[in-house]
Amino acid sequence: MLVRIRNLVKEFDITGGWLDQFRFSGGRIEREKTIVRAVNGVSIDIPEGRTVSVVGESGCGKSTLARTVMRLYPPEAGEVYYREQRIDNLSSKELKPFRTRMQMVFQDPYASLNPRMTLGKILREPVHFHQPKLAKGEVRDRVAAVMEQVGIDPDWQSRYPHELSGGQRQRISIARALTVEPEFIVADEPIAALDVSIQAQILNLMMDLQEEHKLTYLFISHDLSVVEHISNQVAVMYLGCLCELATAEELFSGPRHPYTQALLSAIPRLGKRAGHERLSGDVPSPISLPPGCVFHTRCRHARERCRREIPVLSEVEGGSRVACHGVEEGRI
Amino acid sequence: MEKLLAINKLSVDFTLRESTLRAVNKVSLSLDRGERLGIVGESGAGKSVLGFSIINLISKPGRIAEGSVIFQGEEISAYSYEQMRRVRGDRISMIFQDPMMTLNPVLTIGEQMRESLKAHMEVSTAQANEICLEKLRKVYIPSPEKRLEQYPHEFSGGMRQRIIIAISLLTNPAMIIADEPTTALDVTIQAEIMELLLELCETEQMGLILITHDLAVVSQVTQRIAVMYAGTIVELGRTEDIITHPQHPYTIGLLGALPQRAGSSGRLNQIPGVMPGLARIPRGCPFKNRCSLAAEICATKPHLRKSSSGSEAACHMVGTEQSTAA
Repeated sequence: MLVRIRNLVKEFDITGGWLDQFRFSGGRIEREKTIVRAVNGVSIDIPEGRTVSVVGESGCGKSTLARTVMRLYPPEAGEVYYREQRIDNLSSKELKPFRTRMQMVFQDPYASLNPRMTLGKILREPVHFHQPKLAKGEVRDRVAAVMEQVGIDPDWQSRYPHELSGGQRQRISIARALTVEPEFIVADEPIAALDVSIQAQILNLMMDLQEEHKLTYLFISHDLSVVEHISNQVAVMYLGCLCELATAEELFSGPRHPYTQALLSAIPRLGKRAGHERLSGDVPSPISLPPGCVFHTRCRHARERCRREIPVLSEVEGGSRVACHGVEEGRI
Repeated sequence: MEKLLAINKLSVDFTLRESTLRAVNKVSLSLDRGERLGIVGESGAGKSVLGFSIINLISKPGRIAEGSVIFQGEEISAYSYEQMRRVRGDRISMIFQDPMMTLNPVLTIGEQMRESLKAHMEVSTAQANEICLEKLRKVYIPSPEKRLEQYPHEFSGGMRQRIIIAISLLTNPAMIIADEPTTALDVTIQAEIMELLLELCETEQMGLILITHDLAVVSQVTQRIAVMYAGTIVELGRTEDIITHPQHPYTIGLLGALPQRAGSSGRLNQIPGVMPGLARIPRGCPFKNRCSLAAEICATKPHLRKSSSGSEAACHMVGTEQSTAA
């Protein structure tokens, strides 16, 4: 395993200012905090050279998970191992060598490139930071090489991001991640902001680069048909929890968790008239998570046990891992 | 079938300091009563501008440069501002992309619904409330009496879009123009909203123009599709024909770029390059610089003509051997 994520928990304090924390109740002043649990005990293994995708609807915690794995957020609990070495508790200084091995590509190529830096400068910056001893000529060669790899003319180094189209900017974001020669790339919705024909270009590029450099991807997306196309393994998240973890073929041919089933039936398919499974109600607030299974408020198979007891991921036949009492009891 | 809408050679220009850009270039379309048409294209194709121009929502420096829009036998493109105001939101309603931006955050849902109703009809507040409740029930808003007194922030994204749809239904319009109505929503919510729109169009015999970039969504809801590229319609025809036998190289490329069309883990079909900006649309066929079939003849502008599959395509190469090879 290249990366192992174990029971990762990430919470955010959204109480606001110091004064907002005080409440007046029963004649006394009490201090209370409002906590959002964005990632709630997630465990995923990411094998080397593979693509593991995390899907879910907005607010399910998939981006927070990606950022916590990268240690852009410190986790509240749980562990992250990189090549069997624990990295979630390292100081920033100790973490620095790992940063060259794990890189991130963000969603919005308009916001993630500094508009005042030329492409050359954007691409040289990570090399200067991580390998300050590298000779000037070598840096220049490496930048030219990555630009070539992502399909941007190396002569464009003096251009600025505003001169590029959305697809070209995303290529530069990918190139920037590649300059330090990483093994592991976390891509947070890398194609969500792009048009269909450009999405195809970027997905093809990512698949080619994976083959060429033996890259491992953690791919975050809400677009299920894209996920089906590029992933080896898929993790489905709902309200910070993992519902189902399976190979792409297993998941898309026979989803087991009721939420996965509903999610997959909602994918618009070319030419087929919608016949999707309707979910009742809305996603509950992550501030006060429902007790028991987080999905029970919207699940048509929910029973008494689902309201009390939190289901754990357990293996079912076919090799998928599902967190559902109904599946475990054999009634779904 | 009774003709509801006819757009004839409509062009929309945006006049800038140095140049004039043509966002919509001589587009002709028609819609029958109760028919559902999809306008598909990538960003910058001019699909939204086309949708806006039908009810003359083009603001300066844009203007309708030529052509006409005939709705229920009347040339509405020649209407004055006041005449047009009476058509908009009455006989033709429009639904926009972002449900948070289109609702006023400081007014209750009831106030906003009554306001748009009273702009078109002489009704008392009690009557208006009745109509509002009826429409809210139609879009499956639970306990509508209570909801009428609430503010937009008390609703989820999907609920807000339902309310927008309820508002658009208030005056029983003959046609709805929906501009990317589900782009800001999650897939499960998107499926619900699309199902609702489809059901309403069928029961109320409403015409629908659905503007979207999502071919899969459009293929589920509409009967006909118009594919736009750089301000022109490149292919127009029945939904099944276009999905199963696309003719224009751009439509073929667009469908091939969808992951669900490609086999698992194969490469996706990619269209090289990007759509040209409005100032850089090539002469002749606008797609020729990205097209693998481009030949000398493509220097002259192709017009929509019937192809063997039944759809109309604006391509010189359609019907020739090369295009079947592609």
